[in-house]
Amino acid sequence: MAAIITLSLLGILVLYLGLFKAKSALLPVTLIGLLVALGCELALWGGDAKPIYSGMVVFDNFALAFSILCIVTTGLILLLSKAYFSSISNNVAEYYCLILFSLTGALMVSAYHNFAMLFIGIEVMSVALYILVGIRKTDFGSNEAALKYFLMGAFSTGFLLFGITLLYGATGTFDITGVREYLIANPQQISPYFYGGVLLLLIGLCFKVGAAPFHFWTPDVYEGAPILITSYMSTVVKVASFAGFLRLFGYVFVPLHDFWPPVLLIVIIITLFIGNITAMMQASFKRMLAYSSISHAGYMLFAIVALGATSTSSIFTYAIAYSLSSVAAFAGLILVKRAKGSDQFVAFNGLGKTNPFLAFVITVAMLSLAGIPLTAGFIGKFMMFNTVMQDYHIVLLLLAVVNAAIGVFYYLRVVVHMYFKTAEDEGGAIVLPLSFKVVLATTVALTLLIGLYPDCIIGLL
Amino acid sequence: MNNLFILLLLPLVSALVLAFVKSSSSAKWAALGLSVLQLVLTVPFLCQFVPDASIQFEQSYDWIPRLGIKFHIGLDGISLPLVLLTNGLIPLIILSTFGKTLKGNFYALVSFMQAGLLLVFVALDAFSFYVGWEVALIPIYFICALWGEGDRIRVNLKFFIYTFFGSLLMLVAILYLYQQTATKDFEWSSFAALDLHDSTQRWIFWAFFIAFAVKIPIFPFHTWQPDTYTNAPTAGTMLLAGIMLKMGTFGLVRWLIPIAPLGVAAYGQMALILCIIGVVYASLIAFKQQDTKRLIAYSSIAHVGLIGAGIFAWNQEGLQGALMQMVNHGISVIGLFFVLDIIAQRTGTRTLKELGGLAERMPKLAIFFLIIIMGAVGLPLTNGFIGEFLLLKGVYGVGLLYAVFGGLTLIFGAVYMLRLFQRTMLGTGSKSNNAVTDIKGHEIVVLFIVAVVVLYLGVFPNGLLHLSEASVTQLLEQVKF
Repeated sequence: MAAIITLSLLGILVLYLGLFKAKSALLPVTLIGLLVALGCELALWGGDAKPIYSGMVVFDNFALAFSILCIVTTGLILLLSKAYFSSISNNVAEYYCLILFSLTGALMVSAYHNFAMLFIGIEVMSVALYILVGIRKTDFGSNEAALKYFLMGAFSTGFLLFGITLLYGATGTFDITGVREYLIANPQQISPYFYGGVLLLLIGLCFKVGAAPFHFWTPDVYEGAPILITSYMSTVVKVASFAGFLRLFGYVFVPLHDFWPPVLLIVIIITLFIGNITAMMQASFKRMLAYSSISHAGYMLFAIVALGATSTSSIFTYAIAYSLSSVAAFAGLILVKRAKGSDQFVAFNGLGKTNPFLAFVITVAMLSLAGIPLTAGFIGKFMMFNTVMQDYHIVLLLLAVVNAAIGVFYYLRVVVHMYFKTAEDEGGAIVLPLSFKVVLATTVALTLLIGLYPDCIIGLL
Repeated sequence: MNNLFILLLLPLVSALVLAFVKSSSSAKWAALGLSVLQLVLTVPFLCQFVPDASIQFEQSYDWIPRLGIKFHIGLDGISLPLVLLTNGLIPLIILSTFGKTLKGNFYALVSFMQAGLLLVFVALDAFSFYVGWEVALIPIYFICALWGEGDRIRVNLKFFIYTFFGSLLMLVAILYLYQQTATKDFEWSSFAALDLHDSTQRWIFWAFFIAFAVKIPIFPFHTWQPDTYTNAPTAGTMLLAGIMLKMGTFGLVRWLIPIAPLGVAAYGQMALILCIIGVVYASLIAFKQQDTKRLIAYSSIAHVGLIGAGIFAWNQEGLQGALMQMVNHGISVIGLFFVLDIIAQRTGTRTLKELGGLAERMPKLAIFFLIIIMGAVGLPLTNGFIGEFLLLKGVYGVGLLYAVFGGLTLIFGAVYMLRLFQRTMLGTGSKSNNAVTDIKGHEIVVLFIVAVVVLYLGVFPNGLLHLSEASVTQLLEQVKF
């Protein structure tokens, strides 16, 4: 809880810093605050977790692990922000403050123990993002993205809320343990409202994680938003939503496992195919990443549907691998876009010659996203496939394999542009600021480290 | 010095060092030095190896204990020849590039690939095997696409996705087998000890077979091969044909057949027929090729088709012949591709029509070329003879008709290989030949070593056969169908 309080206070502090024009202090203060929050979470690790605040939140290792991942990813993304925000807006403090508020929401979503808390968490997380997506006030694409995101987000929140209401009607409680106990106590006469509630919750959460057929907002919003916000959305928000998803379906609704997995299976298959096949056709790197994030949502949903003993740790490993690679890829995109003014694949031409380090980092990130051994992405995919195999969904696994092969096609495309094509016009040379070097080196080192020795991560959950 | 782990580590370290060498000449010498060091480190294994059926120099470390994954490696009579082949050929391949200006990154990729290849051959844990299998793919993709020619981007993407898809199928099968083991681990021995139902073994067979058949390649999974071989730089083609395809044939012997004997019982004959079809089909296409490199690419499909047939025959002669021929084919094909590269460099063309009469200008090359061709054709007293003889004897054990069609490879091989020799070396030369000079320096060294090995293994094949005999016998006793 200390972390959530710290982050909320930090957000307000940052706003005041902005008010008093202390621009240079914004980033250091935010990072120190994040470190404090991280420390608070680490201090709770391994303790006995009981629901606190009248059963509103629970800080078990599951919640802590996902919270820590969210905080670290946010820290990495903010490191990239040094010159970025001031280049697109004058009110830099808004960015930091809104991101911190959104992160607070993400932490709530990973630690909720009550449906009210889930709802509040998702709202806190999303409302801050509605503003962030549209923060380039004069930019048409940014405005369109914000409107789309807001409408779709509000719509999905409606589903979510309606679902929660129905569950309350059936069970008479908002407490997730209470709901679970209701299911165990009445295996035969579950109220039809309950089924409706589960389906509506499923739809609402699928909206949030961007699973097909509820994904239509993703590409446009990801493309229209500033790159850093896109990277924040596709990593932190997604990871937190999955933590929420997993707690709900991997714990609360487990007794109902005859009912919802078939629905989720259909969602997964559609998500994988739509995400991968559409990603293949993109000419823009940013849009490709948006679609690839849809397909990754599909892979992560696998573990939820499999409900194995290793579900949690496979989603966690996958989420780490995915976040690290995404941050690296978006960092590369920011640099390229700054130098060449374009986020198309062609802008990456010749990068292997002009900037071998950056090209290497992007290559490792792409290989990790594609799931090639010696990278964290492979371990994530391996564990995911293994979890699915425990239930012997062999056909499902074969579909996943087909999709993984399609994935290679578009992930290698940027590699092809970087190494095998030469740039026509040189454009501006790419300079790597120190903060970028740190982030890129960290992500690549962690990706390879987890790829080589994943036991440290797998053992956590 | 018989620590197998060091043998895997050295190429990785070499790759790391070489990646930062900018100057071409120092990169060459450093790469050569490191690869020769690797070869020297391999010698103690050969000397201390006891030619019985046991697994030797075994090492096992916990890798991901929570999933039962171990880093388990070891050598037996089946993997040792291939380890020797890999470590022996890499220095030759590096030496063959001395005429070109290549930076350290090229040699780093070669070394990195060597590590992956070795891991495939020594792994006794399916997870390690899979990692090595994929790790070998990344560097060769970059080698072929960065230094290749023509339509290299599309061709190599096809190659990559083809093989990646195949290996993912294998991963599915590996995960399934893992769930079946009583001890929940990926050990080769646990996999081989599984007593699976007939229908299960059938799909396991397909999952592994497609992965290996793409790599080898066996007809009809070969469509990536001619384009990739032709468009790759010569060193890349050598790596692909000389060593990498042996991963597939080795995989058949080590993993597929012991794990899914009932699957092999059901589909083995079909696989054998596919191999034989590959022999005939590829040979017929090789007849018509004008591009010399493409001709050898097709001949390679024919040769490995026979190796595959020998493996699926699953008897002493077939298996030993296959192991022998894996080594032989690796050596011969490297020699052939190098000769063709020299010719293409000097004359500027790879088209048979435009070549001819080179023997006058390049007498030394002609002699080496002839020796290597004799080996590839399988003339007695060259290495190819023993291998192909054993293979045909093995295939004959399954059926006369198979042996007859498989035997066509000897006749067809002689036709297209001698045609290749005739059209390039003999006949009237074209005008462009005047400026052509004979081989010298590193070219002589490489071809001399290849020719000596071709002749040596032709006269004294027993050393190599002796290494694998006990392992093969034991494997045949273990796995019957």
